Amino acid sequence: MSDPSDVMAPMQGARSEGVVTVEALPAQGQITLRCDLSDDFRWKLGETLGFAVPEPLGATSDGDRALLWMSPDELLLLCPYDAVPTLMAQLGQVFDGWFIAIADVSDARAQFRITGGHLRDVLAKLTPVDMAPQAFVPGMVRRSRLAQVAAGYWMRDADTMQIFVFRSVAEYAFGVLTLAAGAGGEVGFHVR
Amino acid sequence: MSARLTTGGRFTDRSKQLGFSFNGKRLTGYAGDTLASALLANDQILVGRSYKFHRPRGIVASGAEEPNALMHLGSGNRFEPDQRATTTELFDGLVSESQNHWPSLETDVGAINARLARFLPAGFYYKTFLWPRGLWKHLYEPVIRQAAGLGRAPDAESRDADRYEHFHVHVDLLVIGGGVAGLMAAKTAAEAGAQVLLVEQTAHWGGRAPVDGGIIDSMDPDAWVAQTVAALEAMPNVRMRLRLMGAAVQDHGHVLGYERVSDHAPGSAGPRHRLWRIRARQVIAATGAIERPLSFAGNDVPGVMLAAAMRDYVVNFGVIPGRRTVVVTNNDDGYRTAICLVRAGLEVPAILDARPYGGGKIADEARALGIRIEPGRAVSKVLGTRRVTGVASCLQIGEGSSLEDIPCDAVAMSGGWSPVVHLWSHTGGKLMWDEAGAFFRPDPERAPTGADGLPFVLACGAANGALALPETLRCAAQTGVDAARRLGIKAADAAAPPAQTTDESSLMPVWIMPAKARADLRMKAFLDYQNDVKVSDVQLAAREGYESVEHTKRYTTLGMASDQGKLSNINGLGILSDALGKPIPQVGTTTFRPPYTPISFGVIAGEARGEMFQPLRRTPMQDWHAAHGAAWEIVGQWRRPYCYPQTGESKRDAVNREINAARGSLGVLDASTLGKILVKGPDAGKFLDMMYTNMMSTLPVGKCRYGLMCNENGFLMDDGVVVRLTGDSWLCHTTSGGADHVHAHMENWLQCEWWDWKVYTVNLTEQYAQIAVVGPNARKLLEKLGGMDVSKDALPFLQWADGRLADTPVRVYRISFSGELCYEIAIPANRGRAFWDKLIQAGAEWNITPYGTEALHVMRAEKGFIMIGDESDGTVIPQDLGLGWAISKKKTDYLGKRAQERPDMVRGNRWQLVGLETPDGSVLPDGAYAVAAGKNANGQRNVQGRVTSTYYSPTLTRGIAMGLVENGPGRMGETIWFTAEEQEHTTRKLSLVEAKIVSPVFFDPKGEKQDV
Repeated sequence: MSDPSDVMAPMQGARSEGVVTVEALPAQGQITLRCDLSDDFRWKLGETLGFAVPEPLGATSDGDRALLWMSPDELLLLCPYDAVPTLMAQLGQVFDGWFIAIADVSDARAQFRITGGHLRDVLAKLTPVDMAPQAFVPGMVRRSRLAQVAAGYWMRDADTMQIFVFRSVAEYAFGVLTLAAGAGGEVGFHVR
Repeated sequence: MSARLTTGGRFTDRSKQLGFSFNGKRLTGYAGDTLASALLANDQILVGRSYKFHRPRGIVASGAEEPNALMHLGSGNRFEPDQRATTTELFDGLVSESQNHWPSLETDVGAINARLARFLPAGFYYKTFLWPRGLWKHLYEPVIRQAAGLGRAPDAESRDADRYEHFHVHVDLLVIGGGVAGLMAAKTAAEAGAQVLLVEQTAHWGGRAPVDGGIIDSMDPDAWVAQTVAALEAMPNVRMRLRLMGAAVQDHGHVLGYERVSDHAPGSAGPRHRLWRIRARQVIAATGAIERPLSFAGNDVPGVMLAAAMRDYVVNFGVIPGRRTVVVTNNDDGYRTAICLVRAGLEVPAILDARPYGGGKIADEARALGIRIEPGRAVSKVLGTRRVTGVASCLQIGEGSSLEDIPCDAVAMSGGWSPVVHLWSHTGGKLMWDEAGAFFRPDPERAPTGADGLPFVLACGAANGALALPETLRCAAQTGVDAARRLGIKAADAAAPPAQTTDESSLMPVWIMPAKARADLRMKAFLDYQNDVKVSDVQLAAREGYESVEHTKRYTTLGMASDQGKLSNINGLGILSDALGKPIPQVGTTTFRPPYTPISFGVIAGEARGEMFQPLRRTPMQDWHAAHGAAWEIVGQWRRPYCYPQTGESKRDAVNREINAARGSLGVLDASTLGKILVKGPDAGKFLDMMYTNMMSTLPVGKCRYGLMCNENGFLMDDGVVVRLTGDSWLCHTTSGGADHVHAHMENWLQCEWWDWKVYTVNLTEQYAQIAVVGPNARKLLEKLGGMDVSKDALPFLQWADGRLADTPVRVYRISFSGELCYEIAIPANRGRAFWDKLIQAGAEWNITPYGTEALHVMRAEKGFIMIGDESDGTVIPQDLGLGWAISKKKTDYLGKRAQERPDMVRGNRWQLVGLETPDGSVLPDGAYAVAAGKNANGQRNVQGRVTSTYYSPTLTRGIAMGLVENGPGRMGETIWFTAEEQEHTTRKLSLVEAKIVSPVFFDPKGEKQDV
């Protein structure tokens, strides 16, 4: 067995407190699936995972696993970091012979959790995504930018956003999020 | 003199006194003052010097249109020039200075320019270009450069102390302007159900109406504003922001808003400015109107002010611009100022009404207050230089012969109103000329249109030309409903509350006062205060043949200053139209460009400054490099170690040490930045055969092949090792800087051209840390770590294997960019740092030496390997680089193939790659050209090649270089000369360096070292 202490997620343990709290998450299993999201595929994947495939801009989850809709031909499967090899093998078997790309990207992205009542206002400083409560509802996934880097947004609940960026810019992402959440940074727009 | 009244001031709180300074003088004001009102309260009439003539200037306006009162504000890291006193809210400790004078505001040497005004007419700047030529460099240029600009630039070493940010919002309806029109429109739209964002640039709701008076819904305007604001605040679908200016309306409903969050309270927590980037489905411009000055001689003497601004100072701040004020007007609105002043206990010796028919009902009110009214009269000129001492009055229809001198200390002028059509016009809304009001207003038939081709901006209230209160409210109420309907809401008609104001008689357009003013008067009648453009300048431009308003603007600089002609444009047009004998609508307006008023550079940058200026990409081993003293090299957004100098070691010595260690024993390189793109699918092989010049479809599983990628023009774009992972998947390595570009290039072809090919790509660049273990002891190190067979038999050169090393899952490639025995090891990035540490620890017995990009470059040059960006520059094809072996002859096509068959690509004498050796072993200068005989058509020396890579090789202990030389490979052994780095400039003789053309492979030409 590998030494688990060898695994170091980008910015692991980083945390800042401002008008929202920014936390880097520990290593997260992540599998990219690129395929025609046909009914056949959706059914087969749902059957394999035991939960449904999300609609566009959506996410579905079951326990510690989740599926995020990334684009018309791409899904992101989240799971525990150590579960990836088994899951990859299982998916490889199920979709043997399919036109599909399954890739382990667990180490390619950094994940952050942003929590707090001013979440929408703080994120609206860094991304053009519509953060209005009626436009970005819990459970939704959007891919856009975070200041100058590409980012994905998954709204877990009304006060929690999970954000993922490429790992090389994790420090930058943490920096701009912390800056935007700095003291006196309340806008009072989405939250009054 | 100007002063504070004993009572009054809607905005000021007399219980809160604030201290501030102006030109070092300590003064006081009240909370709620602007810097302008506080200066006036302290009788500071003179506030600056003009740009060209250094004429003394005073405050003219009370808002964003102010041209004169521009200040140096703050000090040190908060110093800023050109800040408008009229829009600067006073705070305790404010430091201000007037601009554009030397040695002082009162005694200014530059004022001599005013005496030279005859020699500085319209277009004088351009005329200096004509003759005499010699004067430009030695006289005009230095003098003009010295004189240019109003404010002083901040000190180069100061750093903005404040924080700035952007804010993105999407709204159904954005209402810009919080006067009664904006409030009314927001209310009817919100009542219909629209989501509304209402913004106002000042710190107060209500705009002009509370100053100008009238009755709304049986209330005075102040009470109606308070009631309406409260009603809007209670609505869940309305957001309201003060101190937020609509700065720009752009395509597709993108509106920029400029929020001055803490200008009024510097140093408070949070950002100073916030740039709102608003996506609005509909926009209502309720931006009001701006009063026009009148063009009479001396209309710029301190103490001459816009009539409405004067009322603002009295009503809003309890400040009087003068004790004895002459009002000069061409419309009824000017009378409001006279009445306001007299009610405040001040003297108004006369109202000079340019209209022969005089004013309407309001004139009767004025007359009833005992004010003398003179119809058909005008100002011939203002008396006084540093402040007003009186006016000479004359007939408006005459040439300006004085009838009477009226002593006074202030002049209120009203030339009518111009709707603020800027936001309507920014993105293409057209205007129509309104004869009655003598102004341009939005043409509703030609509104700005959005992505769907439908109009998305509406104007209402004074911004739409509806100046009278009842009309303003009617227009606004209906516009709110119209906007809601455009949003798809079934909105019922909404009635405006009943409103009353005094009926007005018509305005008479007055562009020059008096109408036939003599030349000496026209030369003192200012149109553009900031740029010192006078009536005579525009007339001169017209005489010199400038017919287009856009040309006249640039020639005279009318409207080109930082106020962008808010006061001067229409008056200038009027003059030009007269001079050209063409009606104003035919002359047209200049272009209204965003922003409405200047916004700070800080807010444009937002968070992108200092540490956050740009993303810095980091590999999993970045911290280790930093801790071990890496000197950095910028590679795209990455910082890669250039070398690792040890204490007291130069970079050059460090590079040599690193190379000797790698060639002699064991080196290690962080290669994580290399691009890694997975290409998978039934058509992946076919696709890669198109992407690369090589044949990739036939590469056996388990093997690696160096590949070249060209663009459609045949030029070399990227290179790297391609790996066959499985029957239907390949991994393509790209250059460090090229990963994103190559991925986008692949997706572009897949999505746009070959959309029916069954291929997926996934950019896996960041999934892996990649480490090159290099040198004769590389295998021993890997064997020591243990876990997989890395012997030559199990893992020969140009093959790869998955396995484990040091208890870590790895993929090992036998590829070499150094010419040494080398293993490139890919590790899941989260484990990259731990694996690196294990390598460093285990490699100690072979003196494992991390090396940087420079050692990488030198070692590859010793081997004659090309580097994208050194040997290629976007005009080089693989054939130029002796890479014909990497171009498949069997394939019918690949990107760039046909381009490489064009005559210029096959002409035979192209510049081609060779090695270069100096006889004395010195290092050739980088980028040096090889000279050839004769000169080209431009009289330049002919050249026959250039150096593309040049280094000191510690392996060969001499300089080595590669270069592109005309027909180079056919000229082996020939000597050519390159331009030397140091040139002797006193003689005309070119210093040259000799070099011999040799093979580009300097070291181990048979490749024996890497294949062991």
